[in-house]
Amino acid sequence: MTLDVQPELVTQLLVSFLREETEAAGMRRAVVGLSGGIDSAVVAALCARALGAENVLCALLPYRTSNPRSAADAERLGESLGVPLRRIDISPIADGYLEGSRVTDPLRRGNVLARCRMIVLYDLSVEWKGLVIGTSNKTELLLGYSTQWGDSAHALNPLGDLYKCQVYQLARHLDLPRRIIDKPPSADLYEGQTDEGELGFTYDEADRLLVLMIDKRYSLEELLAAGFSNELVRRIAGRVVRNQFKRMPPVIAKLSRRTVGHDFRYLRDWMR
Amino acid sequence: MDCRVAIAQTNPRLGDLQANLADHLDRIERALHEGADLVVFPELSLTGYFLKDQVLEVALSLDAAPMARLVEASKRVSLAVGFVERASSGRIYNSLAFLEDGRVLGVHRKVHLVSYGIFDESRDFAAGERFEIIESRLGRFGPLICEDVWHAPSAYVHFLNDADALIVASASPARGVEAPGPGLASQRTWDVLLTSTALLYRTWVVYSARVGWEDGVGFGGSSTVLDARGNRVARLEGLETGMLTARLDGADLKRARFETPLRRDEKPWVLASELARILPDLRVLFDGAPDREESLRR
Repeated sequence: MTLDVQPELVTQLLVSFLREETEAAGMRRAVVGLSGGIDSAVVAALCARALGAENVLCALLPYRTSNPRSAADAERLGESLGVPLRRIDISPIADGYLEGSRVTDPLRRGNVLARCRMIVLYDLSVEWKGLVIGTSNKTELLLGYSTQWGDSAHALNPLGDLYKCQVYQLARHLDLPRRIIDKPPSADLYEGQTDEGELGFTYDEADRLLVLMIDKRYSLEELLAAGFSNELVRRIAGRVVRNQFKRMPPVIAKLSRRTVGHDFRYLRDWMR
Repeated sequence: MDCRVAIAQTNPRLGDLQANLADHLDRIERALHEGADLVVFPELSLTGYFLKDQVLEVALSLDAAPMARLVEASKRVSLAVGFVERASSGRIYNSLAFLEDGRVLGVHRKVHLVSYGIFDESRDFAAGERFEIIESRLGRFGPLICEDVWHAPSAYVHFLNDADALIVASASPARGVEAPGPGLASQRTWDVLLTSTALLYRTWVVYSARVGWEDGVGFGGSSTVLDARGNRVARLEGLETGMLTARLDGADLKRARFETPLRRDEKPWVLASELARILPDLRVLFDGAPDREESLRR
């Protein structure tokens, strides 16, 4: 099955989505954390089209060990989009806890950094009177390759139904800088980290497998028959199932007849 | 029959009856300016689509105040309006009201509720059980709501009943962006479906669709008028609200039906006997079974 999308159609839909759902939340402005990577670059470009560049506050949130190229790329992109930029070093916030409590496990440190960024973005959201726009793509959501309440915390998510390779298609269509499109994807939570190195498979492999497993509802047997290795199927399917909790709101114990999260059924756009 | 139809492609505010009513009245004025005899609104145009628990709050009886305003407006132009209907039985339906000359000419209750994928209508609505023709002063209209069209017998009943035009009110989620397209896969499917319906039943098709977003689900719009040969007469492209007008040309309808007299040559008795043969239990229904609903469920 092809993973090719019609990028202009997707752009039109997402611009319309961002405009209308921002308004539905009673806002006209947006806050985006710019990492220097492709996902946040695409989101910032879409937001600029939807809301006007001057209404999209882009935050650069480096930590002292972050690759300086990340912030530099983000800054250059922000300038070319014409969006207001704010650079906030999260090192003092993060280190206040990480160093004080001697947290050394890279996974824990990475999660703390992602959650510190969330704290700043949500505070800027109040100051700027703008919605926090997320940058998680479909591959990431399905693999659970994110920090719960960290980068996964946001009000609107334009990329959540696009696989990583489709985000690239959109980036090329939006004419984003080659520097950003060509560099290897990285969460940049520790030095030398790359997504594909950490995951143990490539985005290309993941996308080709996930589109059959999720969109086409292939069983595990059918995925093997389609030529994927047992190892890859097992790893990816395992991640999809194991990380369902990251895709769900908290579980509420039902006691009464009508319970939030169970049978109190209203859209978020209730009466908007 | 010969009339000018206007399609109001709207973006209802979810659950906000007052705002939507004001929008209806505003669009009715604009349609009158364009010389419309009939204004067709999308499915659930007065309420928005993904209502869930809100159905209870926005359900209207036919004599409720917002309906009365629209009935009043129908003295100047005929109207087809989507709303949540609270029947005298207390049941709640996804309905399309046809209003004309200051009265309710008829109400179609969606028969084929959708309950798969992102849809959950059977949970919130009772299903209609009839496809009744609307005998308007403008012509004979066969009202259908969205999924009704996907079940071939819906339009077929209107065809047997000599409908001049099918009025299809819809709220269809936009989906399918894969290359090469062009456009949304969901819309291409609708186009094939509506064109086939026009061709098979030699009837105009007036397809009124909504736009806008509800919690991340976008609606595809693309309201369309097809003639009885399946030709596209008018179309609203894109994801914006708007107004579309088209003339339903009576002389052309007669010619199309003379050229291809499908209704004349139809053999409904073959269908009746085949139904009786294939589904013998159905006979129970027509033999005055004491509990009609029970036999329907079976």
